Amino acid sequence: MTIGILALQGAFAEHEQMLERLGADYFEIRQKKDLERDFDAFILPGGESTVMGKLLHELDMFSEIKEKINAGLPVYGTCAGLILLAKEVEDGAVQLGTMDICAKRNAYGRQLGSFVAEEEFKGIGKIPMNFIRAPYIAKAGENVEVLAKVDGKIVAARQGNQLVTAFHPEVTDDVRIHQYFLEQIVNK
Amino acid sequence: MEQNRYELNKQLAQMLKGGVIMDVTTPEQAKIAEEAGACAVMALERIPADIRAAGGVSRMSDPKMIKGIQQAVSIPVMAKCRIGHFVEAQILEAIEIDYIDESEVLSPADDIYHINKNEFKVPFVCGARDLGEALRRIAEGASMIRTKGEPGTGDVVQAVRHMRAMNAEIRRVQNMRKDELFEAAKQLQVPVDLVEYVHENGKLPVVNFAAGGVATPADAALMMQLGAEGVFVGSGIFKSGDHKKRAAAIVKAVTNYTDAKLIAELSEDLGEAMVGINEQEIEILMAERGK
Repeated sequence: MTIGILALQGAFAEHEQMLERLGADYFEIRQKKDLERDFDAFILPGGESTVMGKLLHELDMFSEIKEKINAGLPVYGTCAGLILLAKEVEDGAVQLGTMDICAKRNAYGRQLGSFVAEEEFKGIGKIPMNFIRAPYIAKAGENVEVLAKVDGKIVAARQGNQLVTAFHPEVTDDVRIHQYFLEQIVNK
Repeated sequence: MEQNRYELNKQLAQMLKGGVIMDVTTPEQAKIAEEAGACAVMALERIPADIRAAGGVSRMSDPKMIKGIQQAVSIPVMAKCRIGHFVEAQILEAIEIDYIDESEVLSPADDIYHINKNEFKVPFVCGARDLGEALRRIAEGASMIRTKGEPGTGDVVQAVRHMRAMNAEIRRVQNMRKDELFEAAKQLQVPVDLVEYVHENGKLPVVNFAAGGVATPADAALMMQLGAEGVFVGSGIFKSGDHKKRAAAIVKAVTNYTDAKLIAELSEDLGEAMVGINEQEIEILMAERGK
């Protein structure tokens, strides 16, 4: 099993450490030719969604990635990755738009609004959730399964091959969400 | 400061990695920077090259001007306060800045003490020339480090020197015997637990960016290959001919910093680079401020 990690900007190295702990192979995707390699799944890390969205276009990777996701390639997006996948974005541009959710950017305000929570994640149990200038999911379509909520707001969801979290498990010690992604979505 | 807050502040810096933070002086420039792919902007009244040219005392920017920039963009907004000026920092925290740069670019307000950054909720980035300075700032509560370089010169030599010095010292500490770490802490004038972290992990406990004198895509890629986790570009963009094109080219060079062919393409037709000043020609060495 090999995971391609989008490494244009942001916290991609942290995802690599998670995959390393779980014994999964990975490589970094920085330009179009990296997409020619074989991979079974794809991670869109946290960072700035405006930067990643722009670079996806300028490095001519946008349509190919969108096609792969629409064709069923498993994908996990954290924070900025969630925004990249959302079909609708409040106060921002829609990027890949492959998942039937509406993302609210910077939903908790600036850095002083960043926080840590510990809440139930469906099928896993209580997990630590680090929200860093995070979005949340303002609306989710009928075919979207809600996996976690904090203060009534949706912060994790799944639609078939697509998994998103508004928070960052990759900056914690807890590998269970990555494990869930590999076992429940990639290995199915 | 609660531990979670410091962790979250370090983690915001992690989200900025692989990105370019650009100095801007107006909402219009901030928008240009965001559209060019900046992962954050540094709001300041005058870019370092102009501070250098104008001389005199240089202070924190007008909060109204910073707020204008906060409203113009959705990416994180940073701003500078003077070294040791904790009231300027309190003001920046009150207007909910995303990151404070306690910066040698401004005139120091205190020639002995830095701000006790542990007392703030808002994160701080600080400049450093070597491992000792970096760890002293971290002990004071900085959650991100950058090289000092020599701001406003367009001369990358000092940033290179500082990054190399820091990494050489990190490798030296990494290779020490455990019982030598106490003496290393004494020499570096830093707490021993931070030296132990460097010994065990071979890196700083926080993200480390390059700053000072970066003017071209090649400069940015050079700093990345030397081990920077991202780049600050100050005067290099808005003192050059074609801002938008240069800014976008530097962003792409940071993402693909080992691809010489791509950087060659990015370096074509960028128009005039900022006029550089060699370090021997400058009157104020900003990197000497705050040790």
